[in-house]
Amino acid sequence: MKTYINGIGCVSAQKTFEGDFASAFETHENLNVLSVEAPPYKDYFSPIAARRMAKGVKNGIVASTIAMKESGLEMPDAIITGTGMGCIEDSDKFLKAIIDNNEEFLTPTSFIQSTHNTVAAQIALGLQCKAYNFTYVNAAVSFESALLDAKLQIDEGEANSTLIGAIDEMTDYTVSLFKLAGFIKKDSEAVFPVLDSKTSGTVFGEGATFFVLENTRKSSTYAEVKDVEIINEIALDLLAEKAEQFLKTNGLSVSDIDLLITGINGDAAFNDYYEALTSQFAGTSQAYYKHLSGEYNTASAFGLYVGANIIRSQQVPQILKSNNLSKPQYKHILLYNQYRGIDHSFTLISHVETP
Amino acid sequence: MKVAITGMGIISAIGNSVEENYHALINSEKAITRIENIRTVHADVIKVGEIKKTNAELIEALGLPADNNFTRTALLGAFAAKQAVKDAGISDINEYKTGLISATSVGGMDTTEKHYYDYFTDESLVKYISAHDGGDVAQKIAEQIGLKGLVTTISTACSSAANAIMLGARLINAGKLDRVIVGGTDGLAKFTINGFKTLMILTDSYNTPFDNNRKGLNLGEAAAFLVLESDAMVKKANKKVLAYVSGFGNANDAFHQTASSENGEGAYLAMQKAFKLANLKPSDIDYINMHGTATPNNDLSEGRAVIRVFGEENVPDFSSTKAFTGHTLAAAAAIEAVYSVLALQNGVVYPNLNFETPMEEFNLIPQTTIKYKNIEHVLSNSFGFGGNCSTVIFSKS
Repeated sequence: MKTYINGIGCVSAQKTFEGDFASAFETHENLNVLSVEAPPYKDYFSPIAARRMAKGVKNGIVASTIAMKESGLEMPDAIITGTGMGCIEDSDKFLKAIIDNNEEFLTPTSFIQSTHNTVAAQIALGLQCKAYNFTYVNAAVSFESALLDAKLQIDEGEANSTLIGAIDEMTDYTVSLFKLAGFIKKDSEAVFPVLDSKTSGTVFGEGATFFVLENTRKSSTYAEVKDVEIINEIALDLLAEKAEQFLKTNGLSVSDIDLLITGINGDAAFNDYYEALTSQFAGTSQAYYKHLSGEYNTASAFGLYVGANIIRSQQVPQILKSNNLSKPQYKHILLYNQYRGIDHSFTLISHVETP
Repeated sequence: MKVAITGMGIISAIGNSVEENYHALINSEKAITRIENIRTVHADVIKVGEIKKTNAELIEALGLPADNNFTRTALLGAFAAKQAVKDAGISDINEYKTGLISATSVGGMDTTEKHYYDYFTDESLVKYISAHDGGDVAQKIAEQIGLKGLVTTISTACSSAANAIMLGARLINAGKLDRVIVGGTDGLAKFTINGFKTLMILTDSYNTPFDNNRKGLNLGEAAAFLVLESDAMVKKANKKVLAYVSGFGNANDAFHQTASSENGEGAYLAMQKAFKLANLKPSDIDYINMHGTATPNNDLSEGRAVIRVFGEENVPDFSSTKAFTGHTLAAAAAIEAVYSVLALQNGVVYPNLNFETPMEEFNLIPQTTIKYKNIEHVLSNSFGFGGNCSTVIFSKS
């Protein structure tokens, strides 16, 4: 069975929940933390419900609703999410209350909503979907794990349709920790370019991106997901060979790739993997996206959103280009991501004619 | 469907190895005690299934350098995973396509809660910031066993490890991997102690699964990993098969974020899916290792689901081993997978400790004494927050 992306919903630091793809994309090089552009929550939740929910849960529900609406799917055969850090808004809140109040006067609400599978569970509850429900929590491959699982379900005929998504939210506490650890670029740098950055750390972000994957093509089909591979660790000098192997498994070679989309995130300390791959694909047009989404564990789902839109529209918006090459046709797109030198992933998507 | 289990490793309150755990199980030696390794204001009112090894002792056992940034969850996980790999007789782990599917609910929370404010004043603690998330635990385990390849983590609360077993078996079945190390790990943390306390589902005594007067659960900590291998691998190396994973199912209760539905719909669906995949009937099951947390809600819901599947008169011998170990959250299904394999190997049904009074809602009496008999198939249930319901069936080799 083939796996098609038939619907996408994206809540990100850009206005991605409505309008044409990329038309409203803007860069904010003066920010080292990008917050989500809030979608109109009132269209999805009552004010009371919206106040009770953490933003990750809200964004996940909005993004999944948009994806399902676009594909016309009413009840998925599986709900699979990925989140690197989980529901940190609620877990930070509960943890702070434990510490500040010496383990007294606590209420369960934030604990209840702090479990990593809260978004997948809330979507299931809302849809009354009793199907398979998984959540992956493995840093930069959290989303790819969900994608791998969903593709396996469709390949093996276990599911006809799956709703998969990626959710990560930022909190003030986590931002302060990540600044302390040097994961976020120093405030003092004042300008934070992602491409050709000379400093360590990244511009951080948050977001929720959902996809409907199905085994049939529809008028809403974006692309076919050909393959996804996860590798926790790989020596730098073996990366090129690994990329070739991955393509070969799918009957392709480097020259068949029309666009390489990398997760380049401006972290000069861990840019060598991206450099190795971009030089391997020096003759291929290349794009990047984390200057728009920010870096977060599941930012690569924003990358797939970008790739799927490019392959459907056959256009690479200027703001996404990281070299000057272009192609008359975008048939095969390779996505590559890693974070801090580990959790590498390759994702291959291909153009399909819609019925 | 049948995937071979060729190795197991475990550390729990009742023992630091498979042998020690088995010894405790057949001798009714529970290990629910006062908490020693964590400072909490609840120390005098709760009992826990705590592993008495300190972090320093675990660091020494693993031979880690002094500047390591392992959290307790990672320490326990690495300890159990190394045992499992050794037990499976694997020397060169990357010789074949090998994966690691870990599971955790708290990840490095034990460290984050300890240093919450101190991070900003003590530079030596900054190394732990990157150790908070679940992925860090899996990466550390992978490093400890030298694995390079597919590494991921599942976090669906208390069913996490069952789902890790499930994914591992699916990846083997689909030919994506030759072998895979699957399991889960969770250290005790103030975060979960207080979380379950506010939900008022912690007992102040010893947990009593399926007892009418049950008052809640004891939290525990543990890690366990199993090695699954493809048939081709088993044949090639002439591997001893400990048991098989023969069926599994995951379903969502879609009822409430933390409570199970009254009729156990999700649990019922998970068991049905597992039977279908295993091509087995309820009457083929010789022992059910229940989720049995001893909360009023779980045991009622699970009991009803089991009755729906088996019929009230035909429920096979069953017990919950939570009275021995406490509820070890994301590790629970992994340690209970080890116990299920031991049940198959040794033909033994473990006693459901602390049981006195049958529940008034139905006629289900757990096995309260140790019972030896031939066991061909064991069904193991695990349920988690978010309505997550999982069943795995293990069969004799």
